[in-house]
Amino acid sequence: MKKLLLGDFAAARGAYEAGVKVATAYPGTPSTEITEELARYDEVYSEWSPNEKVALEVGFGSSLKGARTIVSMKHVGLNVAADPLYTAAYTGVNAGLVVAVADDPAMFSSQNEQDTRLIARAANVPVIEPSDSAEAKDFMKLAFSLSEKYDTPVIFRITTRVAHSQGLVETEDREEVPLKDYVKDVPKYVMMPGNAKKRHIVVEERLNKLCEDSNDFSINRIETGDKELGIICSGGVYQYVKEALPTASVLKLGMVYPLPYRLIEKFVSSVDRCIVIEELEPHIETLIKAKGIKVEGKNLFSVQGELSANIIREKVLGIKADVTRAEVPARPPVLCAGCPHRGVFYTLKQLKVNVMGDIGCYTLGAVPPLNAIDSVLCMGASVGMAIGFDKADDKAYKNTVAVIGDSTFIHSGITGLIDAVYNRANVTVIIVDNSTTGMTGHQNHPATGKNIKNEPTSRLSLENVCLSVGADRVSVVDPYDLDLFKETVKSCLSEKGVKVIIARRPCALLTKRLYNGCEITAACRNCKACLKLGCPAIINGENGVKIDLSLCTECGLCQKVCRFGAIKTREE
Amino acid sequence: MDILIVGVGGQGTLLASRVLGKYALYKGLDVKLSEVHGMAQRGGSVMTFVRMGEKVNSPVIDEGHADVILAFEKLEALRYMHYLKKDGKILYSTQEILPMPVVTGAAEYPEYIEKRLLNAEGIDALSLAVAAGNSKAANSVMIGYLTKKCGFDKEAMKKALTEAVPQKFLTLNEKAFEYGYGVKE
Repeated sequence: MKKLLLGDFAAARGAYEAGVKVATAYPGTPSTEITEELARYDEVYSEWSPNEKVALEVGFGSSLKGARTIVSMKHVGLNVAADPLYTAAYTGVNAGLVVAVADDPAMFSSQNEQDTRLIARAANVPVIEPSDSAEAKDFMKLAFSLSEKYDTPVIFRITTRVAHSQGLVETEDREEVPLKDYVKDVPKYVMMPGNAKKRHIVVEERLNKLCEDSNDFSINRIETGDKELGIICSGGVYQYVKEALPTASVLKLGMVYPLPYRLIEKFVSSVDRCIVIEELEPHIETLIKAKGIKVEGKNLFSVQGELSANIIREKVLGIKADVTRAEVPARPPVLCAGCPHRGVFYTLKQLKVNVMGDIGCYTLGAVPPLNAIDSVLCMGASVGMAIGFDKADDKAYKNTVAVIGDSTFIHSGITGLIDAVYNRANVTVIIVDNSTTGMTGHQNHPATGKNIKNEPTSRLSLENVCLSVGADRVSVVDPYDLDLFKETVKSCLSEKGVKVIIARRPCALLTKRLYNGCEITAACRNCKACLKLGCPAIINGENGVKIDLSLCTECGLCQKVCRFGAIKTREE
Repeated sequence: MDILIVGVGGQGTLLASRVLGKYALYKGLDVKLSEVHGMAQRGGSVMTFVRMGEKVNSPVIDEGHADVILAFEKLEALRYMHYLKKDGKILYSTQEILPMPVVTGAAEYPEYIEKRLLNAEGIDALSLAVAAGNSKAANSVMIGYLTKKCGFDKEAMKKALTEAVPQKFLTLNEKAFEYGYGVKE
């Protein structure tokens, strides 16, 4: 039956049809929906792991015990999971192990635009890359059979445009794959030097074999067109090439590592001019050129951002699109009306402290008018950065805080906190606990007390974690209570030691109810102090400040910052 | 047929694109949609592509290639007007949502947007949605409006809408769709 499926859903469907039994992940745009979709199937055990490293370790274990397994993450998540990945390439697998990784060219929702293909190359792991939803499903099934045939983890790489585009997919039935026998095999699975040296030989042999065999893989195919121009491409870029250069000859690579050099040589010699068109790094181009094959590539195209049919027309054919953009004010994303993070950043800005930020919705505390964050690096980094501030300057603790979300703290903030305790740092860590993984669309995590299927499970207590690792002080405050929150921050900044403030209030989007909203009364002097909150529900209208009732959640922050008592919650 | 749907995160552009996707499916057309999730959804400017036809390759509509821009907010229509092809048309909601730089006074909401939009027709989708029962149904008003203006098969579009919205909001959305469809020229 034909269905219109998101690329992520199609990938999930492919894994389901391939008989996958275990699916692990940490949420990350644009990969999150793969595991969310798999969680709907009863035949599949699925979990949100605390981070990508744990997800891959669990996945490696289940593969070893004989179950087909998929582990999903975004590109930066693969950095976290890199440690197990590099060595899983040495051990190989038992049942199929697919690592689905979603890259984000143009950074729709990411802190960098790194290219997973380069990590795969460094880790000696093969990569396959579908170009749309239909291929996402088919390639996923293929990934499992390649993983088992060649005894290797396989990276299934997609980009935002494939992950978050919908296309037609022919769904099929699930193939029940029985659990493979697990046999203890120390030389293969215990990676200590003596064994690993032998396995490294296997890794090289495997890649050479894959490289040779891939010349005959049907996912690497030549579409013969004009002799004058040949294009080598893969993934979503293939679709842009078909739009922009419909008559060109195309070598579409379904496997982008290792590369089918014989096929590439044949293709390049069959055309007058050959261009490699790829988003991000010149991965294919570099490898081809290293073989002495002459192609063009990044001499024409940027390593930054996404490509498009327009860009390809311009760079290859010299046809520039005649486009004039209107000059309009930007509309950046903002913290939602009623967001519990707003009061935190409003207060921190007032206190003029240096804020070490982290990854999540609350990264938006960096944008105007709050402008409250100094640095954002990667998941969990806020705690370490605050320790670094303290170690560099022993007075820094008086005006430095780390701000980290609940899910991010569990992901990789806890180890930072342990460092602070162990190495006697003076830090104030604010855990903005909105009781969900907000930015990626409200996934559960260990401190929500619910699992991926929303079933009750053990709840991790953030305050107990902080106390048990040795924090000197843990305070729990409602961030809607601006006065108390401010006093708590001030008192933490005045003390030495490791101090944790848990600013706890569920995400405003989790509360599904209708609000009467707030209104501005005649007492308003139009001082615009409330606008400093950066609340999208507060509008600076021509006739003074107004409140957008369709957005207001009655959080009451504006009432607290109004010195004239001019904002009231509406009765009806 | 390439339709660009633009608006502000939270306005329901995703739902609208999914309705159009189902519609294409019913009509036996090839279809691809491209969406934006994550950071951009938090009240930011959002765009969704809908492409349907005999065979669709790219899920993305290039600048200068859209047949129709369906804009849920006036400023967003202007922002993405350069996506329109020469004989394309803009269908927009007259609703204004002030972006944060305007709220904070760093920028001004552009004047005379109606006059600057080329080949454009507007509708007060918000008021019609409120009249239908809830402002949240403005996206269904816009789908109704699009259906009328582009001559889409009304029954097939309603069926697509029925499948895309939650059962408990069905009556509201159907009513909103009709209001959008029935706007006098």
